[in-house]
Amino acid sequence: MADLLLWAAVIVLALTAAGLLRLLRGPGAADRIMAGQLFGTGGAAVLLLLGAGGAYAAIDVALTLALLSAFVSLTFAVYAGRAGTRQALGRGEE
Amino acid sequence: MSLLIDAWTVLAVFSGVFFFLAGTVGLLRFPDALTRLHALTKADNLGLGLIVFGLLPQAVDVWMALKLIVIWLLVLIAGAVVSQRVARVARAQESGQ
Repeated sequence: MADLLLWAAVIVLALTAAGLLRLLRGPGAADRIMAGQLFGTGGAAVLLLLGAGGAYAAIDVALTLALLSAFVSLTFAVYAGRAGTRQALGRGEE
Repeated sequence: MSLLIDAWTVLAVFSGVFFFLAGTVGLLRFPDALTRLHALTKADNLGLGLIVFGLLPQAVDVWMALKLIVIWLLVLIAGAVVSQRVARVARAQESGQ
């Protein structure tokens, strides 16, 4: 059962890495925030799968990662909306 | 009995992975920021939710199961809040262009 969970963790990790393409290509800030949030949730899912498989400490790591990724995405979203940020990013002409 | 538990885990975990796949493909392929947000929240809530739901019977003790559920609730709440803010940024981004 543990190695089955390991394979599920590998698949989710590969999917999360594929999700980072959106971070690279994303035309706007919103898409990059989404990729960041998927990274946080995907990472938490991988850690949970590994944690349930055998390394029980990984579940606490997943809790921390889920908490931090929530704040990262929220902060990114709040500051991406600010006019000052758009000014700094050179898109302040609107 | 343990066969039933293992079957539950395998079924729920791999349907959770399937929703992760659907959400990630949606995030990469959809044309518009808001549709990508729709796909992303599916991967977030449903993918992780089913994985946690599948891992619950594997929990060694009650505290581990409670920790799994707390993680799930945290991601649900965080996802809801972040999605609202991301939708606002996407809306501003659309009107900005």
